[in-house]
Amino acid sequence: MNPYREIAHNGLWKQNAILAQLLGLCPLLAVSTNLVNAVSLGLATIVVMGMSNLAISALRGFIPYEIRIPVFVLIIAALVTVVDLAFNAFLHDLYLVLGIFIPLIVTNCIVLARVEAFAAKNSMPVATFDGIMMGVGFVWVIGLLGAIRELIGQGTLFSGIEMIIPTAAAIQILPADYPGFLIAILPPGAFFVLGLLIAGRNWLDHRANQRILGQRTQQSPAAVAG
Amino acid sequence: MSEPAPPVDPSTPPAPPAQAAVAMVSPPPAPSIMRISARTAVILLLFTLAFTALMAGTYKLTQPLVEASAQAEKLRLIGEVLPPLMYDNTLLDDAVTLPPLKALGLDDATTLYRARKDGRPVALVFEVAAPDGYSGRIGLIAAVSADGRLLALRVTQHKETPGLGDYIDPKKDRNKQQPWIHQFDGVGFDSVLGGKWKVKKDGGRFDQRAGATISARAVTNASGRALLWAHERSVNLFELPAGQTFEEKAK
Repeated sequence: MNPYREIAHNGLWKQNAILAQLLGLCPLLAVSTNLVNAVSLGLATIVVMGMSNLAISALRGFIPYEIRIPVFVLIIAALVTVVDLAFNAFLHDLYLVLGIFIPLIVTNCIVLARVEAFAAKNSMPVATFDGIMMGVGFVWVIGLLGAIRELIGQGTLFSGIEMIIPTAAAIQILPADYPGFLIAILPPGAFFVLGLLIAGRNWLDHRANQRILGQRTQQSPAAVAG
Repeated sequence: MSEPAPPVDPSTPPAPPAQAAVAMVSPPPAPSIMRISARTAVILLLFTLAFTALMAGTYKLTQPLVEASAQAEKLRLIGEVLPPLMYDNTLLDDAVTLPPLKALGLDDATTLYRARKDGRPVALVFEVAAPDGYSGRIGLIAAVSADGRLLALRVTQHKETPGLGDYIDPKKDRNKQQPWIHQFDGVGFDSVLGGKWKVKKDGGRFDQRAGATISARAVTNASGRALLWAHERSVNLFELPAGQTFEEKAK
């Protein structure tokens, strides 16, 4: 398999940061109360993961093995600070929305995990691509989680979008007199929905495995049916 | 002690194959533990210096822009509670410092701005906090007119439950025609004295929304306290020279 295809497949599905590795739960559960917040944090995470994987892959020859963790943490924290300051100065409107989430990225263990497990051992283009793909894998799951929680909890989608696009407005999906289902928005709801998503992924994987198995034993279809 | 090896030596860390072959023929004497420690420490120090420099440089570069947008943000926030047409002085310069005041629920020193028109006092703009929100502190900004009315009130910071208690912020309020927080606009201090500055559930005059009374009660009580506080000290606050710190007089 082409290495880039394999990295993409790992990031998006097979070793998905949330669904398979269960990393980065702290920001995941805190921020996924609605779709806009979730995707915003996810996009900032992609930027930081791409940058930190690139930086550490570039510097990997200079980092002694014994002190690699403090150096990784130092580099990630410095990059997050730089991204935070740059957002504040150059993209101030977006910063007002994302600002509180950017420092949270430091607490996301998936960044450190990818740096340690992948960037420190691979060349710059591959490592950067891996960071971005792991980030995309994070975005789609956190976005889905945010959308489900917002829909069940509030009956809307895209609430808060007017802070990013002033002309846009939230979409009311369920009837306007929908009373809301509070638990979906509170932290326990995040665990429930996340559990269902993980179960869904396992079920899909299981079905795919069954199908491969079925193809292999096509000579004796009775065995499969039984 | 011998001098530590230069840490950023490009030839040492990623040993190229040619060097590895040489090393196999004649292994160098194993470096002492002291040497390794010193080398590692210097590398860590250099990384720290390099990335601190990177952060410091970025900070220096972005600081003027950040400050400019913080000022613009402050004026925009003030503009939400006090329309710019109501005053003609330079608001950000006509300010006094407030010490951390229990009456306003504040833990830190804050700034109070004084709006004047043709030299006459118009309104005071200052920060208030409600410490007893459903999920902690609710930050507010209030404008109190010189004749003792709460001109307007806005939530600047809160952690109330999204979709439930966050209607205190008009941006999140689903009732766009009559956001909840607008019912305070223009109400005078006599409501506080008459004991009516409460949510209806507590026997007052302000609405709360079902299921999230705590958020409404916190904002209502804090704004009532702030209005009375500002009105009682209005004259002193307007007379204080700009830039000074206001001091609560012992009664």
